[in-house]
Amino acid sequence: MTAIFNIARTEWRRIFLSPLAWAVLAVVQFIVGFVFINLLLQYAGAAGENSDLGVSDVVAGSLYGFSTVLLLLIMPLMTMRLFAEERKTGSITLLFSAPVSLTEIVLGKFVGVLGFVAVVILLLALMPLSLAWSTHLDWGRVAAGLLGLFLLMTAFAAAGLFVSSLTREPTIAAVASFGLLLVIWLANILAYNDSVPFHQVFSYLSLIDHFESLRRGVFASADVVYYLLFSALFLWLTVLRLDIERN
Amino acid sequence: MDTEHNEVLIEARGLTRRYGPTVAVSNLDLTLRKGEVLGLLGPNGAGKSTTMKMLTGNLAPSEGDIRIKGVSLREQPKLAKRHLGYLPEQPPVYPELTVDEYLGYCAGLHGIANKELAAALASAKRDCGLSDVGHRLVGNLSKGYQQRVGIAQAIIHRPPVVILDEPTVGLDPIQIREIRTLIADLGKSHSVILSSHILPEIQAVCGRVMIIARGLVVYNEPMAATQGEASVVAGFKRAPEAVYLADIEGVDGASPLGNGRFLISPRKGADPREAIARAAAQFDWGLVELHAQQRTLEEVFVELTSGDLRAAA
Repeated sequence: MTAIFNIARTEWRRIFLSPLAWAVLAVVQFIVGFVFINLLLQYAGAAGENSDLGVSDVVAGSLYGFSTVLLLLIMPLMTMRLFAEERKTGSITLLFSAPVSLTEIVLGKFVGVLGFVAVVILLLALMPLSLAWSTHLDWGRVAAGLLGLFLLMTAFAAAGLFVSSLTREPTIAAVASFGLLLVIWLANILAYNDSVPFHQVFSYLSLIDHFESLRRGVFASADVVYYLLFSALFLWLTVLRLDIERN
Repeated sequence: MDTEHNEVLIEARGLTRRYGPTVAVSNLDLTLRKGEVLGLLGPNGAGKSTTMKMLTGNLAPSEGDIRIKGVSLREQPKLAKRHLGYLPEQPPVYPELTVDEYLGYCAGLHGIANKELAAALASAKRDCGLSDVGHRLVGNLSKGYQQRVGIAQAIIHRPPVVILDEPTVGLDPIQIREIRTLIADLGKSHSVILSSHILPEIQAVCGRVMIIARGLVVYNEPMAATQGEASVVAGFKRAPEAVYLADIEGVDGASPLGNGRFLISPRKGADPREAIARAAAQFDWGLVELHAQQRTLEEVFVELTSGDLRAAA
């Protein structure tokens, strides 16, 4: 346990020592802020016309719905280095010769990235927070949206970690994990095609469909379990992959 | 004291490693006792690094078993690795961390408790001459200093066994001397396995030599053995036939080197120089040169691995 924590802390620190993390955070915050202001102006302009729509719908619904696309683009960049770069520079040997298990290594790296994810979530939470002094927000709704984003990024991180363990080139890891995530994301296209056998299954497997309910403020344990299982699967695959590497 | 010195720290039996059809290491046995500095020597691609990777758990052997302090590396890797410190060919450092941060991380990985961390850090840095650069980024240090950081990482948890893979590669002559001194110091308190293809390096610091060629152990003797096997060179103005020399007491055989000079191999444990001088005076051969010639590690090495070198050329 201490080994996981130790690896995670150093990983987190290394992520934030690289300019990449700061650049990514800056770009995310700028784009999300831009969309946020636009949505608010739209909402203010249309005030009274559609009384069903509250400001929480705008923030948690539209804004966080939009953010998923952005996160799909940035998470591969944050996970690409995890194993690929260590393998390229040879520093992976440090972990492999230390008295820690492969599971601890993988979990340590994963928790380290989750530290970065937590910072992204914090930044995204700042936007509704900036409205808190002037209006009443449905905090449950916002929290469900943020939880959804967190789970989604957890899944992205696990898949990215796995792809990073497959190669020694960080850029290839980034491209490949983006491709992998997009394919799983788009699996729901098949669900709308009735000629595909078992088309509902694809809707269930798609990464994004499970975010929908959380975005709408519905906390369904099935969706949470989906993301956790998804992450666990890829973490397990990463451990297997690293074990194969030694043999 | 003696029993303590005989304690076996690493015992590898029948190590074999295949990469597809290529056999990198074949049926290698290795024993490391407490207080030993073992030099692994071999031409490039002989299987030194592969052997070290297997000994440190970075690579699973295709066949064979490794025990570290009696603990199987396969069955209880975490427990076994606790007794090891390893410096691979490329020092496994993170350039964006400072030396202190990096070594602190390594100490944590090896299970050093927080309250002992400062002491462990200070002693490792002192041993590797890093005390003045603790606050600097590893990436900004010179290659030699990065190598020291790599060695500090391998000894920070004071393991009984330290394994160093070509620790002086890419360093300037002064750095090489410093690292050698450091390794010699390490040898006093740790058992060390050191690989190199630089012969003087092995000669300078190792107590025992193991030569690997084509993935096989071709030589495994204490350093003193190479020094014990001296031959005698003798030169005469009126040179006799080689058979006359071979008849002299203590001489095993003689081969002419031209110009009246002979390379004389003595019988085991005998020093025939006095007898040669007496015979030369008696038969008026005109002795002009007579000295013992040590068989160097280089000769042993070339003799055992020259097949490879020729094949590679």
